[in-house]
This record gives sequence, structure tokens and C-alpha cells, in this order.
Amino acid sequence: MSEMVKMNGLQAINAAMFEAMEADPKVLVLGEDIADREGGGVTGTMRGLSTKFGDHRVCTTPISEQAIIGAAIGAAINGYKPVAEIMLMNFTTVAMDMIFNHAAKLRFMSGGQTSVPMVIRTLTGAGWQTAGQHADHLEGWFAHAAGIKVVCPSNPADYKGLLLSCIQDPDPCLFVETGGTLFVPGEVAVDQGPIPLGKARIVQEGTDVTIISYSTMMLRCQMALAGIAEAGISAELIDLRTISPWDRETVLASAAKTGRVVIAHEAVRNFGPGAEIAATINEELFGQLKAPVRRLGGPYSPVPFSKPLEDAFLVSPETVVATVKALMG
Amino acid sequence: MADLSNSPAPSADTLVDIYRRMLRIERNDDAIRKTVRLGRLTMPYYSARGQEVIPSAISALLEKDDQICTIYRGIQDMVAKDMPLRPLWAEIAGRIDGTCKGKGGPMHLTHPESGVMVTTGVVGSSMPIANGLAWAAKLDGSKRVAIAYFGDGASNIGAFHESLNLASVWKLPVIFVCANNGFAEHTRYENATSVDQISKRAAGYGMPGYTVDGNDPEAMYAAAQTAITRARDGEGPTLLECITYRFMGHVLGDDDFYMTKEEKAAAMADDPLPKFRAKLVEQGHVSEEQLAKLQADIEAEILDAQEFGMASPYPSADELRRDIFAEEIPA
Repeated sequence: MSEMVKMNGLQAINAAMFEAMEADPKVLVLGEDIADREGGGVTGTMRGLSTKFGDHRVCTTPISEQAIIGAAIGAAINGYKPVAEIMLMNFTTVAMDMIFNHAAKLRFMSGGQTSVPMVIRTLTGAGWQTAGQHADHLEGWFAHAAGIKVVCPSNPADYKGLLLSCIQDPDPCLFVETGGTLFVPGEVAVDQGPIPLGKARIVQEGTDVTIISYSTMMLRCQMALAGIAEAGISAELIDLRTISPWDRETVLASAAKTGRVVIAHEAVRNFGPGAEIAATINEELFGQLKAPVRRLGGPYSPVPFSKPLEDAFLVSPETVVATVKALMG
Repeated sequence: MADLSNSPAPSADTLVDIYRRMLRIERNDDAIRKTVRLGRLTMPYYSARGQEVIPSAISALLEKDDQICTIYRGIQDMVAKDMPLRPLWAEIAGRIDGTCKGKGGPMHLTHPESGVMVTTGVVGSSMPIANGLAWAAKLDGSKRVAIAYFGDGASNIGAFHESLNLASVWKLPVIFVCANNGFAEHTRYENATSVDQISKRAAGYGMPGYTVDGNDPEAMYAAAQTAITRARDGEGPTLLECITYRFMGHVLGDDDFYMTKEEKAAAMADDPLPKFRAKLVEQGHVSEEQLAKLQADIEAEILDAQEFGMASPYPSADELRRDIFAEEIPA
């Protein structure tokens, strides 16, 4: 058992960046405000990197999301491993052509002659009263684009291990950081290495119902566990970790075991990742299910500003408990 | 028009080499159009007939490892960069021996060996990526340059402005080459562009900008030389606006009602290809016999490429699971 240290997600990301940049001179960082003279990124996750590795490898950019992603693509095609920060997930919409039409597709469209080994780090999540253009969970959009991996960590160890994997991956990865998980401390092994992409983690084993979640919603599901146990229900909780490609094997094995599934995410429920997972479970396990698969997600609404409205937008731990109880009949 | 007459003049050999590239582009374009019109190939085709001087003069100054990022009308930019024609024809025919195994097609040819790194079907998107190619050249400590080819219409999209600003701030070895053919798809230049010369926009981004006669090989060569030298010397980017005219409509098959018969006839009467040929002969740089052989060689190369491409097999459906990621998607 290796030595554990307590750190939060910000520190875990920072540690991963230091390790990755130390290990591979091809790793670059670019984004708005990321050099030390600008504070090392909006959440400080890139702090210290420009001082240690130099302004040629850690580059603050203009507020130009298309130019940021374009520069990362061109460098990646030439063998570099750029880690581009798009400050907030909603700002990826400004660079969607670069991400969707180019980064994700160039390997395929070039018949495998070129590849784009880059990471796009971005921050999102409701709960901070930042309203409809600073808080959306758009991972479903990116999961729909063949050629880009979508990674959604929920705890410090995963922040470190999954980011290391994204940087090493030969293809573009979108790495989604959330305000609800970044500041929560957790135990991280001193020698925490890469955690494989596309593999879910069973957080708690159970036999009656499977709960599938990721990102900040994962923490809300963990808060719901006590209430579920009190009701005498044995819940299996799965942290998906990677949205695309997602771990069908782990999810289907758990769903086959329990026969009841709740998928919970902060993303808007309509056409959200939960729809794909629920449909797959129905296709593969129709006869073995004891109840219809349930989906919990944001309502069909932009993220609101007003606190009571924002609270109502988010799926609460209480809602998770009530949904699980209802599913048990 | 910019007077860059201080640049060293091209040698006779270089002038003939520029003509060779122009002729290879024109003969290849002619072969593609004929093949499509005969129904032997089905594809969206964006001819750049009339604009051959621009990439030919530039490519005469490029090394093999210099990189280009071009657009859907950019087959001429690849041919000018001496991309082999066999994989080009196999690609536009959608075959497995194509540069991209038939997965990209005529709008997305890629051939890193020739420095053809990305070809985009989205107006303006060559520029942000060319910056990245140039950034890598700089990080490598090399003298490589990156060329971003685009049209006048693309100078009105946000990516142009973001890219020029970043390239200037980062002093990237990139040359922004705008072929101003007077039309953004169907829309006349003056109906959609705020300045009379796109080169004026360079001032807003702290870089030199020149408006050049893009149909004059010597003027084009001089301007490109100035820009490429500046980039290789680490002094940063340049915007070249190359004035030209598109002989065809936006896409092969459009009825180009938005172009007047008179202006089109005038442009075609002033076709830079025969004009340059006559000049080379007149100045004694090349003989009629040499030119006849050059043309015969090019036509033989194209015929061979065409036959090779059309005979290549189609890709199998398994290719849909390959090249999505490095690892194959399971069946």
C-alpha cells in the first residue's frame, strides 16, 4: 500500500501537470491566464508551470478560443502533446468548429496519417449562481462526436490519474472539471499513476439497484447512500469516469445483477448521456430488468441565476433517494 | 499593389519551375473537371482555374518540410507543393489507395510527406491550425514555415481575426495567403467586406500586409519571398492578399449567374497561364520544344495517376471502425 496524501482536485491536476511536463518535453500548456504572471489559470491549476518549464511551453493566450484549439491541433499534428485550457465549458461553443470538425475528425479524415494527441481541460457546473452561460454540462455534445474521448472525474485521485492518461492518449480528450468536485479533498496515493480511460469504478457494491453517475452528481449520489441504506436497500454505485467511450461491460454486468438502474447526471436530461446508457441497457437486458431504467438530470431549461431556481435545477440527494425507493416499489 | 522589387529576382530556372507548377495544376484541374462532367467521378469540386500563379510562386520558395494548411479549393496548393498525383486521384475517387484511404475526399486531401498537413472544408479554418503548425516549427527550433491558404470570404470570419492576432503576439513563422478572387461563394467582395483591400487588416494585428497581383508570377514571387524570409528569420507572420479571378463558379456545376459575362471573358482573355508561357519563350528562358516535352510529361503523369486512382479498390466497411481512435473500434 503506497503512502497517501490529502489533496483537492486542483492540487491533483497541478501535480499531474508537473509530472507530465517533467516526464515528456513534448507536453505543452496553453490557455487564457495560465502563466504565473496571470495567476496560473482561473482556478490556479496551472500555477508554477510557466516558472518551472518556461514561457515557451506554458503559453498564455489571447481570449481567442478558436485560435487556442487551432494552435493546439497544429502542434499536436507535429508530435507535441498540448494541454489546452478552455476556461469554461460554455466557451467551448466558440471553438466548436475546431474541436468537432477538426480535432475529433482529423485522424479519420486523413486515413490515419495524422493524429491529434491533445487534451482540452475545461471547467463547469451549476451551484455558483453563474447562470446560463457559465455552468452547462455539455459532455453529451462531445460524446456524440466520433474521435474525441470525454472524461469526467469526480475526486482528486481520479483527477490526477485520468489527466495523466488523457495526456498520454494518442487521441484528443476533453477533460471536464467541475466546481463541485475540485475543492473537495480526498486521499491520493503519492505515486498515483495513470487511470485507464473507458473504465468505470464501482464505488460501492450492492444487489438491489445500480446507480450510475459521474462528476459533481457523483458526490450527490454518495450523499444519498445513507438514506438508501436506511430504507433497507442495497445500492451499487458506479462512477462512470469516462463518458466516451463508456464502460458498457461494468454497467451491463451491474444492471444484470440488480435488475434496477438509476442514471443521474447534472446535464439536461433530454438527450443527455443517460439516454444512451438507458437505451443500451434496455437493448441488452430487456428481459432481465425488474423495472424500467430511470434517468435523473437537469430539467429542459438553461441553468438559472436565482438561488431557489438553481437549487430546483439541480438533482438533489433527496431526489436520488426518492427515485431509488420508488423503483423498489 | 505592393512594390517589393527590392527582393532578389527569380532565376530563369525558377521562372520555368513556377510555370511547370502552374501547368501541372491547370492540366490536373482540366482532367478532374472532364472526368466529373463525363460522369466517371462523383464529387463536390471547387475549381481554382485562373488562380494557379499564387501557390506556384509560393511553392517555388518552399522546402519539402515546409507545411501547408489549405481549403476545399486547395487542390492546386497541393499540386504546387509537388504532392504525388496517384494517391491524389485515388483519394478523389474514394479509393483505398487514396492519401486518406478515401475517407477525406477532394475537400480534405492530406499528405504529410509533401507537407500537406490539413485541408479543411470550413471557410477560415485553415488559419488557426496553420498557427499550430508554425508554433511546432518554432518549438522545434527549425526554419520551417507554415502557409495558411484561404480566400477573401474567409477574411470575414472570426477565425481570421483570432489567428492573425495570436500569430502576431507569438511571432509565429506563418504566412497568411489570401487568394482574393472577388467572390465569397456567390457574394461579390464589396457586398460583404468592409475594406477595399484585405491587406489593410494586417495593420490591426501588427504585421505587414501586402496586396499583390496574384496573377503576376514575378510580383507574387517577390511578395512571397519577403514574407517567407521574414518568417524564417523569426520575425513573425505576414498577410499576403493576392488579387486574382476565379474562372469557374463556386462549385463545379453552379451556373455562376452572379458573375458578369463581360468580367469573366476579360479575365479569361488575360489568362495568366498562356501569358506567362509566351513571356518565358519571348525572353528566351525556355524553348518551344522544352515546353512541349514538359506538357507531355505532365499529361502522362496525370493520365497514369487517373488510371491508377480509378482502378484502386474501394475501402471496405471495416474502415468505418478504423482511424476513429488509434485503437480500432470493436465490430
